[in-house]
Amino acid sequence: MKLARKHLLGMEGVSRTEIETLLNCAETFKEILDRKIPKVPSLRGLTAVNLFFEPSTRTRVSFELAEKRLSADSVSISASTSSSEKGESLIDTIHNVEAMKVDFLIVRHSAAGAPHFLASRCDVSVINAGDGCHEHPTQALLDLFTIRQHFPTLEGLKVAILGDIAHSRVARSNIWALRTMGAQVTLCAPRTLLPPGIEDLGAKIHPRLDDLIDEMDIIMVLRIQKERQGESFLPSSREYARHFSLTRSRADRMKTNSFIMHPGPINRGIEMAPEVADGPRSVILDQVTNGVAVRMAVLYLLAGGETDHAMAN
Amino acid sequence: MRWLIKDARLLDPDHGVDRVADLLIEKGKIAKIGMGLSVEGDHEVVEAAGMVLSPSFIDIHVHLREPGREYAETIESGVRAAAAGGFSAVACMPNTDPPLDNHAMVHYVIDQALKYGPVEVMPIGCITRGRAGERLAEFGEMVDAGAVGVSDDGDPVSDSSLMRRALEYAQQFDIPIFTHPEDRTLSRNGVMNEGVVSTRLGLKGIPKQAEEIGIARDIELTALTSGRLHVLHVSSAGGVELVRRAKERGLNVTAETAPHYLALTDESLAGYDTNRKMNPPLRTSVDREALRRGVAEGVLDVIATDHAPHPVHEKEAEFDSAPFGVLGLETALGVLITHCVRPGHLTLETVIERLTAGPSRVLGRELAGIREGQKASLTLFAPDESWVVDPGRLHSISRNTAFGQERLFGVVKALFLGEEMIPSEQGSSSQDRPATMVP
Ligand SMILES: [Zn+2]
Repeated sequence: MKLARKHLLGMEGVSRTEIETLLNCAETFKEILDRKIPKVPSLRGLTAVNLFFEPSTRTRVSFELAEKRLSADSVSISASTSSSEKGESLIDTIHNVEAMKVDFLIVRHSAAGAPHFLASRCDVSVINAGDGCHEHPTQALLDLFTIRQHFPTLEGLKVAILGDIAHSRVARSNIWALRTMGAQVTLCAPRTLLPPGIEDLGAKIHPRLDDLIDEMDIIMVLRIQKERQGESFLPSSREYARHFSLTRSRADRMKTNSFIMHPGPINRGIEMAPEVADGPRSVILDQVTNGVAVRMAVLYLLAGGETDHAMAN
Repeated sequence: MRWLIKDARLLDPDHGVDRVADLLIEKGKIAKIGMGLSVEGDHEVVEAAGMVLSPSFIDIHVHLREPGREYAETIESGVRAAAAGGFSAVACMPNTDPPLDNHAMVHYVIDQALKYGPVEVMPIGCITRGRAGERLAEFGEMVDAGAVGVSDDGDPVSDSSLMRRALEYAQQFDIPIFTHPEDRTLSRNGVMNEGVVSTRLGLKGIPKQAEEIGIARDIELTALTSGRLHVLHVSSAGGVELVRRAKERGLNVTAETAPHYLALTDESLAGYDTNRKMNPPLRTSVDREALRRGVAEGVLDVIATDHAPHPVHEKEAEFDSAPFGVLGLETALGVLITHCVRPGHLTLETVIERLTAGPSRVLGRELAGIREGQKASLTLFAPDESWVVDPGRLHSISRNTAFGQERLFGVVKALFLGEEMIPSEQGSSSQDRPATMVP
């Protein structure tokens, strides 16, 4: 199977077949990663630039590893070293990067739509590594991949996304992806952290965690940023934790064979108790491991690779 | 020069004129209207069958950027854009750098405009000194210098007490307060309409209530003061309703909307096109429907473009950082005919009224119109011809049109202003049949 697209800008509009192709391909790469020498020559001669206008060690390192495992040449430019701080515009940065003749641009930016801006203006394959409050498609793919390791199908699975939905690109990408794959998505958050019209994306809203916790197969916990208190989205993180934190006693009420996820980094003690994050239901470290395989699949398929040949390389 | 315009549809809804006839312009005046006119001696004939000749358009809401941001627009480029769009007069907003908050600045703008031909530039002065929202500017001095109203457009006057004083003080000079209604505490950091589309795009929304709270406050202050209010750029259904009720109460309130709100919705931002980013933002189809009805019913008196030039290097950016504002003068007629008249939402008569008599009323002026003996101030256009908007060919210095590459019906052919005829090259680049003007 091949993927008929040049960019991965979001999960909105990505079909079930495409998602399955990506996840199946990631399975293949997962096996390769378990080998003694976890490296294939698939992208030899191609160049990837990881352009991070916002710090994110986890995502950047995951992409860098994926690129190296595929034998691509890669460069990472982070906001502290790029020219954006000197007032150079995004468009100038891009022209410079394009002049270096690269094949992939992996972009993390605080402004929604920044990857779309780049994709429409340069002849490079663009992967969105997180844009503002918009999307973070590779995170959603690695979340689906992780879920698939525990459940035979995503169809009908009950998934709750818990926390700051309004400011979360992970939430949006996951809602699109999970809905496309047939899962039922429930959003659980105080009303101030739910963006308007989010139900129209196909998710249900439930304001009380205690009422739904024993029905869920998966609970995805999102990070609560401390600055949300200053902006009056929340009176205090203490009060938030009281109603929405995944505490030990709440986690104990979850179904057998249910799992807890978190895109990281965790604010331990706020959205989730430390012993829950490290507990038996947590698949948080699997998410990190799977990130590399999933990003390899994305790079490989966007470069025109075929699933059936991924192994043969 | 004498002009004989033959077989045009003469359309002046304000004076009940709508018929096909010939019109003779002599010594800058409409000398004669009639069927099969012929004249002796030196004159030029304009074959205008299939075209419409209406009173020239008036835009009471444009930004000309001079002084201060001449790289975006100048008075010279702005009046050329106006003429190309069929406008003979434009009221320019005072958010320049420095702002138009005193008589010297008002004089400067008027004097500059006089150098560039017959299109009239009518400055609007600031409500507050330096647009700082703290102290009233000198309305009287600015009116004496030629200002037609006052506004802090771009920003609301957030201090309600100060807005009250402005509405009171302006009455002495018989000028309207042009209000930019917005509750900034509600719209802060927003870049588009708040709703399902902003949620999908991950952009910070501006709820329509930010505008509606502003309109409601200013209407109540108008009631309090018996003042005269003109509401700029109404973009929401709720805004239309507030204006409707204010008029039913007999308050001295007028209002406008812009062609882009009548044509587009927030759905068109799916590609993060910064040339569709403006404030107030594009709303939903429900709002667009209410705005069209508001124009049709006369709740909205005026269609004004809010022509807001921004240079490419500022608009070519991520959506969050691009400035608000879109061009309007050169595409107004085409957008209105294409998106409102041809689909049957508005009649051509209504559109022309809102571009001519409506704005005249807001300014307290009488429209010369299409009547024998009046000064010639006429726009000739072909409603059924089309052109493709090429941003590179606009007269504006800036390129930030929301309608780039779109085929628009309604081609402006010429402006007749007194002794002068200003041809418009609009549409001359497209493949359509050439202008049928002679010579
Ligand atoms: Zn305004």
